[in-house]
Amino acid sequence: MDILHALIVLANFIIVPAIAYGSQLALGALGITLVVGVLRFSNFAHGETMAFGTMIVILMTWLFTAIGLSIYPLPTALLALPFGIIGCIAIVLLTDKFVYKFYRKAKSTPVVLVMASLGVTFIMNGLIRFIIGPGDQRFADGARFIIKARDFKTMTGFKEGLAIKVTQSITLVTAIIVVAALFWFLNKTRTGKSMRAYSDNEDLALLSGINPERVVMITWIIVAILATVAGTLYGLDKTFKPFTYFQLLLPMFAAAVVGGLGNPVGAIVGGFIIAFSEISFTYAYKKVFTYLLPADWAPTSLVQLLSTDYKFAVSFSILVLVLLFRPTGLFKGQST
Amino acid sequence: MNYRNISLFGMIFLFLIIVGFSQSWNVAFGLLNLCLLSAIMALGVNIQWGYAGLFSIGTVGFVALGGVAAVVTSMPPVEEAWRTGGPGILTAMLTAIITIIAATQIWKRVSAGIIRNLLMIAVLVGGFFLFRGMLDPAAAIIEKINPAGEGYLGGLGLPVIFSWLVGGLFAAGAAWVIGKISLGLRADYLAIATLGIAEIIIAVIKNEDWLTRGVKNVIGIPRPTAYEVDLQKSETFINNVNWLGMEVIEASSLYVKFSYGILFVIVLAIILWMSEKALNSPWGRMMRAIRDNEEAAEAMGKDVTKRHLQVFILGSAVCGIAGAMMTSLDGLLTPQSYQPLRFTFLIWVMVIVGGSGNNWGAVLGGFLLWFFWIEVEPMGHWILSILTSGMAEGSSLKEHLLDSAAHMRLITMGAILLLTLRFAPKGLIPEK
Amino acid sequence: MTGGYGTGADILHDCTVAVNKGEIAVIVGPNGAGKSTAMKAIFGMLTMRSGQVSIDGEDITNLSPQDRVAKGMAFVPQNQNIFTSLSVEENLEMGAFLREDDISETMHQVFDLFPILKERRKQAAGELSGGQRQQVAVGRALMTQPKVLMLDEPTAGVSPIVMDELFDRIIDVAKTGISILMVEQNARQALEIADKGYVLVQGENRFTDTGSNLLSDPEVRKSFLGG
Repeated sequence: MDILHALIVLANFIIVPAIAYGSQLALGALGITLVVGVLRFSNFAHGETMAFGTMIVILMTWLFTAIGLSIYPLPTALLALPFGIIGCIAIVLLTDKFVYKFYRKAKSTPVVLVMASLGVTFIMNGLIRFIIGPGDQRFADGARFIIKARDFKTMTGFKEGLAIKVTQSITLVTAIIVVAALFWFLNKTRTGKSMRAYSDNEDLALLSGINPERVVMITWIIVAILATVAGTLYGLDKTFKPFTYFQLLLPMFAAAVVGGLGNPVGAIVGGFIIAFSEISFTYAYKKVFTYLLPADWAPTSLVQLLSTDYKFAVSFSILVLVLLFRPTGLFKGQST
Repeated sequence: MNYRNISLFGMIFLFLIIVGFSQSWNVAFGLLNLCLLSAIMALGVNIQWGYAGLFSIGTVGFVALGGVAAVVTSMPPVEEAWRTGGPGILTAMLTAIITIIAATQIWKRVSAGIIRNLLMIAVLVGGFFLFRGMLDPAAAIIEKINPAGEGYLGGLGLPVIFSWLVGGLFAAGAAWVIGKISLGLRADYLAIATLGIAEIIIAVIKNEDWLTRGVKNVIGIPRPTAYEVDLQKSETFINNVNWLGMEVIEASSLYVKFSYGILFVIVLAIILWMSEKALNSPWGRMMRAIRDNEEAAEAMGKDVTKRHLQVFILGSAVCGIAGAMMTSLDGLLTPQSYQPLRFTFLIWVMVIVGGSGNNWGAVLGGFLLWFFWIEVEPMGHWILSILTSGMAEGSSLKEHLLDSAAHMRLITMGAILLLTLRFAPKGLIPEK
Repeated sequence: MTGGYGTGADILHDCTVAVNKGEIAVIVGPNGAGKSTAMKAIFGMLTMRSGQVSIDGEDITNLSPQDRVAKGMAFVPQNQNIFTSLSVEENLEMGAFLREDDISETMHQVFDLFPILKERRKQAAGELSGGQRQQVAVGRALMTQPKVLMLDEPTAGVSPIVMDELFDRIIDVAKTGISILMVEQNARQALEIADKGYVLVQGENRFTDTGSNLLSDPEVRKSFLGG
């Protein structure tokens, strides 16, 4: 019985939140890894791209709420998502046209593109703060829980509750749909295959008559979709704050590197590895041990490996380990 | 130095003089001091990017380490904290070092296989718990001692000037670790790793109260110069000021800023002189050769990774020195003020605009961009108030726009970077 | 043809290469003779100062490599000539990227030519052996149904047995009516199967004749075939 209670505590505080967070990171890391694969640079503006798409979703959500549109019990943001995606595609394609395309034509080294992406980061960040402000925005309306902790207790008779938020399940379902669609596209359609071919061997793709500009455009469109979905899900699950999205860069890059830069499957696995590590290293296990150990052995401290302030240290340490021991990542990615 | 470059520098001094006459000399000297600090940081980034093409976006972390150095070197030690918690902290640090040495030795000595991996994990996990077991109680004791004013270890009570060197050493140490891990791999790994280490350094400064008092800030860091209050009491100072026909209070603060300025100019001159010497030495030529064609340099037998490590450490150390100097200028350590935008991105723009690879360019960029950074916000306000002047008073859009003027900085700086990168990638003073 | 890379010095000097329908033409010569450069010039990958390239009598000198593919040229580079992370089948599909019609017929033909590829068609091309990779590379190029197939050292780095097999396959390809133009290091074996041979030295035609004549020419034997 006590073991079961301990498991419920773990599920409630680690497994369920980590699955949701992992899906969000995986979608974010996918965007990063696709840009590395096709455009061959690390896009430091990816966090802002997510924030930008999410911002439009929030603005549309406000508009819909104002005119009384709602899809209760689901959050209105889902209705606004397509608009966010369109807005995000627009800004990303504009950035490509005015910034990245030049360096691509000039065959600049990746590091110049990375620096340009830093410039884009700040312009986008400024725009976002200009439009919606630097503060916290909560935009998750609709029902809060699928199962409340209290209901779970009365239902099952356990002493511990297991809560599942609507946003968490939406995250998982949406992520599965998006990822399935992405892999179907990459593996089954001619355009998707040409994208993989271009990412694999640019020169040979040219010899086969694959149009690089089209591949690049489609990549950006997919990246914008992934970024907006990831950003919106993260914002629904937690809150929207521009600076937080910038900070998401580190776990997302860590996820992409752990999986192997340029490898989509790797990005997903990496996302979950980072999410589970981050949450399980910063969780206080006191309650779990109280259930598992005899009463007089019960811990007095929080039994927390790291305070949540150091959650970035977890992604960073994993990143460092991968760089030290397996720079190509778990699944083979581009290392040079 | 040609006339063009001299006139570029002349222009900046003209700006400062205009500020001096139109606003006040106090403001002008305040600006000048930060211009000097910015120039030093830009030199540091220029060493990394301009000499060697290394892309590090963790400058803010190294600057913050310099700030910590100022605290731990120059603040008076909190005797009670050292007595009660000091040994615990020291043994914890020793444990951490021993653990890492043990782990690396296992990795080197034991033959590869599952045994080595398990052994290493066991040592690291055991070491971590031991470390936390010793650190946590000691930190708790220290943080309970007079939390309103102290609650931390304090420093060594040395003259604050020493901390500038210590700041350089701290930053160099951190750079060594990061460089060891991420140099020699693909170029953007360094960027990602430095982004990470910077966030962690700042998290440590914000949260380890026993070391830096965290968000409670450390105030009253000793100065390398005189204090205004002392000057205002000094007979000779008052007499001299009266003779010059100035106000005592204004003159005292001007005098303090001026003395800081002199110190900063000396440091800048030393670093600039050394940078110029290094850049024009065989070492500097080799660095640029590596930057321009890594493969060819490698084929000629140059250890590229080792050279990169060297230059990365040197550049970071310069940023650390500037960080310590800045904290001693402010007289306080405020962890919240370490924003990546201000200390990483802005410095990068300085280097790119000034002219990457050229030390004088970096210095010019430091001066120019700092000036710009300060002036963009009022300019943004001004532009927006003109733009919104037609709107109805009190309309929410107008208020929103006026409130958002602060964010103009981000957009402007980003635009400057992109425009320079695209249309004048060599910067104002190009590399020779 | 006269030309070189970018604005650099000319590597080719008035060099002429031609191949008739269904024939095999081989370019041989010492290192640095401009063999690969000649191939790239024909495929439009470098700047030509003078001269012209034509196919079926049509002048294509000013077309980009991609446009030349559409005109019936196919090129197999020496290195990195397959998509390693794509399956064999996907490699062939990508070869036919420009085609809008049904490609299954051509794919059958390629599988008939290279039966091993049919067996391995779901496998990632990067997992195949050296000789099999070359077959994928040639197969990919054949998917455009080219009139001329250009091969840059197809046997580089494969074992002698595999080399013989590859040459047999190349003869098979030629029998289907596709002209083949290839550059080879293994001059002797290559000339044996060649209808026409070109010996290039310092970017100029030194000898031009049928493969067997070149093989029996004492001067060619002495200088280029090691006696």
